[in-house]
Amino acid sequence: MKTAILGASKGMGRALARVRAERGDDLVLLGRDVEELERSAADLRVRSRGAVTVIACDLDAPDGFPAVIEALFAGGARLDNLVITAAHFGTQDELEADPVRARRLLTANLANTIELCERARVALLAQGGGTLCVFSSVAGDRGRKPVGLYGASKAGLSHYLEALDHKWRAAGLITICVKPGFVKTGMTAGLKPPPFAGEPDAVARQVSDALERGTPLLYAPSIWRWVMLVIRHLPRFVMRRISF
Amino acid sequence: MPLPALRSISAWGLFALPGRERHSESLEAASATAELSRGLGRSYGDSSLPATPESELLCTTLADRILAFDDSSGLLTGEAGLALHEIHRLLMPRGWFAPVTPGTQFVTLGGMVASDIHGKNHHKAGCFGDHVTSLRMRLASGEVVNCGPDERAELFWATVGGMGLTGHILEVTFRMVRIPSPWIYQESRRVPDIESFIAGLKESGPDWPMTMGWIDCVSGGASLGRGILMRGRWAEPAEAPARFPAMPPRLTMPFFFPSWALNPLSVRAFNILYYWKHLAREKRGVVSPWGFFYPLDAIHLWNRMYGRRGFTQYQCVLPEEAGQGAARRFLELLVKLGGASFLCVIKDCGAEGRGLLSFPKPGISIALDLPLRDWTQRVVNELNAFVIAEGGRIYLTKDTLTLPEDFAKMEPRLAAFDAARRQFDPERRLRSHQSERLLEPAPKEMP
Ligand SMILES: Cc1cc2nc3c(=O)[nH]c(=O)nc-3n(C[C@H](O)[C@H](O)[C@H](O)COP(=O)(O)OP(=O)(O)OC[C@H]3O[C@@H](n4cnc5c(N)ncnc54)[C@H](O)[C@@H]3O)c2cc1C
Ligand SMILES: NC(=O)c1ccc[n+]([C@@H]2O[C@H](COP(=O)([O-])OP(=O)(O)OC[C@H]3O[C@@H](n4cnc5c(N)ncnc54)[C@H](OP(=O)(O)O)[C@@H]3O)[C@@H](O)[C@H]2O)c1
Repeated sequence: MKTAILGASKGMGRALARVRAERGDDLVLLGRDVEELERSAADLRVRSRGAVTVIACDLDAPDGFPAVIEALFAGGARLDNLVITAAHFGTQDELEADPVRARRLLTANLANTIELCERARVALLAQGGGTLCVFSSVAGDRGRKPVGLYGASKAGLSHYLEALDHKWRAAGLITICVKPGFVKTGMTAGLKPPPFAGEPDAVARQVSDALERGTPLLYAPSIWRWVMLVIRHLPRFVMRRISF
Repeated sequence: MPLPALRSISAWGLFALPGRERHSESLEAASATAELSRGLGRSYGDSSLPATPESELLCTTLADRILAFDDSSGLLTGEAGLALHEIHRLLMPRGWFAPVTPGTQFVTLGGMVASDIHGKNHHKAGCFGDHVTSLRMRLASGEVVNCGPDERAELFWATVGGMGLTGHILEVTFRMVRIPSPWIYQESRRVPDIESFIAGLKESGPDWPMTMGWIDCVSGGASLGRGILMRGRWAEPAEAPARFPAMPPRLTMPFFFPSWALNPLSVRAFNILYYWKHLAREKRGVVSPWGFFYPLDAIHLWNRMYGRRGFTQYQCVLPEEAGQGAARRFLELLVKLGGASFLCVIKDCGAEGRGLLSFPKPGISIALDLPLRDWTQRVVNELNAFVIAEGGRIYLTKDTLTLPEDFAKMEPRLAAFDAARRQFDPERRLRSHQSERLLEPAPKEMP
């Protein structure tokens, strides 16, 4: 199998690349810093006999997307899975203080991510199908004080991914929306871990299984499905009072 | 980059201090403002803890990539946060093992270098630093440099065993060793007293690459220093099972034991049970490497057993010159002080480590856990007085309570280390709670 990952340099993307490497996948690492990607490729080559290549791709620069898609499918190469873990993060306080940064985040996490998915959709369908696995967030499940703006980008993304799956699954394009809860990566390193915080390795194993099964929606760690079920049903007057 | 939040930081001994900890995949970028790097926090004392609440530390564990591995020479380059556990998981099935390992696999390469760790094979293989060929470091000046035994050797040997005080280790290159099989051939036997123990270690040394023992440190008198002596070597393929030894599942200590759970009676019972659990006087056979090297790793967070107040470890080496009787006198003192411990580990040390502050030197090393209670400082002071008189020294990576004047008396190499710090960090930007406690003010120049 061949799996491409945008965001493989860090966090859950790094962990997933390792899990897939150990399964023997050929890997394509996408990211904005090619030198860093090469170092990650070296790590993965020790773990796997599969081929590991890198392609530059910046989520903030959608003009480059056509070339990325072309490089991915160059010479009629087949791609089984495209995974996108890359995203920006900012706390509500940080983003409220900096509207330009907020716009950049919303643009990259929502509009640009969707553009990349749209281009990948066409290419994957053209080769007869494949899997598109995109990391959204539990932050998109309910409007909450500490993650309003970031959550808005993820809410839009989850919505899009659900529709994509409904529309194209029959044609062979499997869409997986991953909604991580709190996972201990560099993204959340400055924050205090809540109960049920997960480890990137465990999430990666879960996501890898979902790639095999084509699970359309995945909460990771799984307990967050139930946590979010409760949070989605909390009345507004409660949401106004609590701080999470 | 925003400053990380103020929080409570602790290492394996659970002794906690307020500080700020940055986590990053990119050590080179994130080390710019940090006062100290730390790894998995498996040191027991305050060597990986912040000097002040304003101190910013860099936790390296996200920087865990293998950057190169040569399957013919065993040369491995890894980022400083790479854990030994992961190295073994990946490379043991291919016939490679670390040249030196501590009693836990949950340590980082950076921590192994900074403490210049030793293992059961110290008498044969020396310390970890002896197998390192090169380090990539960020110095306090901000400069990023390479060093090794043949390049900037002064910086290298000050960093090996230098407890993070000469710079941030970013990458480590060292040589793994080939193993004939992933299994261990082990012989263990009950030993009735300390004299036979030391004789057993010395007699096994030449033929056995790995030796160590566990001593019962609650029984005095004729049984003083009785225990279990273990020696091992890698099993040959012909005597070993063909399968790879499964890593045992890790059980987690789910909560802190209340402090009363640890009392003279429970410690006594544990020690007696442990001794008699080894029913046969002598056992031999092929065993799993996990149980042999890392018996304590089977229980995740076993340190919670000592309760919320935490614990420390006292580890010293009693030099050869002190003679055979020194270990007995040490244990007698320990029994008298009532410093009962669940685990007391004894090991013979080979040649002195080459790092400026490396712990080992030829003699006998004894390590024991001490819960942190009101009486612990007094016990440590008395043990230190004894160790000083015998010409021994303590292991910084385990220490929480040694007084600076005592440490100075044990460490004739302190002035040289201080000179290295002045050279590589003239403004003293790099510091830990331990360095502030033990190494300031700077020792006087030796005449
Ligand atoms: C159960 C158990 C058994 C053990 N057995 C042994 C043993 O047999 N032999 C032995 O020698 N030790 C032993 N140890 C101690 C352990 O090996 C050392 O304390 C080791 O340094 C811990 O590594 P760490 O990554 O957790 O480092 P930490 O505890 O996080 O840090 C230890 C020191 O290393 C420094 N450091 C860490 N990373 C870096 C870096 N990147 N750059 C610069 N400085 C850095 C820190 O500043 C600190 O001074 C044992 C510990 C435990 C818990
Ligand atoms: N961690 C959590 O608790 C959590 C919770 C819910 C949802 N999520 C979501 O899960 C996903 C993965 O999170 P993580 O915690 O693994 O994050 P992470 O550790 O911060 O990793 C983010 C990855 O995205 C890449 N990236 C960021 N901006 C990019 C850009 N403009 N172009 C290309 N690549 C870019 C980074 O690459 P560089 O090396 O170039 O920086 C990095 O590889 C994200 O979508 C996140 O929103 C995370």
